[in-house]
Amino acid sequence: MALDQSFVGRTYPPTPAYEVGREKIREFAEAVGDAHPAYVDVEAARALGHPDVIAPPTFVFSITHRAAGEVVQDPQLGLDYSRVVHGDQKFSYVRPVRAGDRLTVTSTIESIKSLAGNDVLDIRGDVRDEAGELVVTALTKLVARAAEEA
Amino acid sequence: MTAKVSYESVEVGTELPAQSFPVTRATLVQYAGASGDFNPIHWNEKFAREVGLPDVIAHGMFTMAEAIRVVTDWAGDPGAVVDYGVRFTKPVVVPNDDKGALIEVSAKVGAKLEDNLVRVDLVAMCDGKKVLGLSRAVVRLA
Repeated sequence: MALDQSFVGRTYPPTPAYEVGREKIREFAEAVGDAHPAYVDVEAARALGHPDVIAPPTFVFSITHRAAGEVVQDPQLGLDYSRVVHGDQKFSYVRPVRAGDRLTVTSTIESIKSLAGNDVLDIRGDVRDEAGELVVTALTKLVARAAEEA
Repeated sequence: MTAKVSYESVEVGTELPAQSFPVTRATLVQYAGASGDFNPIHWNEKFAREVGLPDVIAHGMFTMAEAIRVVTDWAGDPGAVVDYGVRFTKPVVVPNDDKGALIEVSAKVGAKLEDNLVRVDLVAMCDGKKVLGLSRAVVRLA
């Protein structure tokens, strides 16, 4: 059954603040095999004009993904999460995420479409710092595959 | 934000140095821990096959993280990335052997925009198949 269109435009309350730590950035950079010094060396990051070590571009997904998860698991929305696959991902950066940031995510359902029986859901996550300034916008497209007929 | 490549030095069609990124089961376990995405399709072969996949597959976000390294290594400052988007078109299947899989990424300047921005078009291949589609980054050059 197609998802309820009245959820389009719905915004969920901001998540509790996620505090970005230097060691967490290091762990993530190691996991993706990226040895760029700006991720681990404060002086190297400062030489590039950053106040502290910065996170790799896709690091922020671990925060926005969790926020989007709360949307897709909203029982009122009624999405079958076991059939969900990640279709597209986009990020728009105002500035890089950096150690010491306390980030909150506000998720909004941008669109709901039904394509060949699949539900296609676009979720926007606005990531803001402690001062309320926008840091990154994440656009996540999720596709819930149609259930097989019994 | 201090990219090490100057806007003047590139033109449409300029190729960035291509790179290949190996991925094994150990890589996926490490990425699951670091990213917090513990979906079993990325580490549990039995589960992956039960949901109709050929084998364990890499996190799409892992592939996305590797692909942008071609851009950040080239630009010199990862903070120079202004926009980055991909479509996950094919899974990266990671067999449980000594080799795993290899993600091969090439990229070229697709357009020169205003304000020292350039659009980089990325191609990520694995096993002869394109695994990321519509893969583009916008970077601010010096």
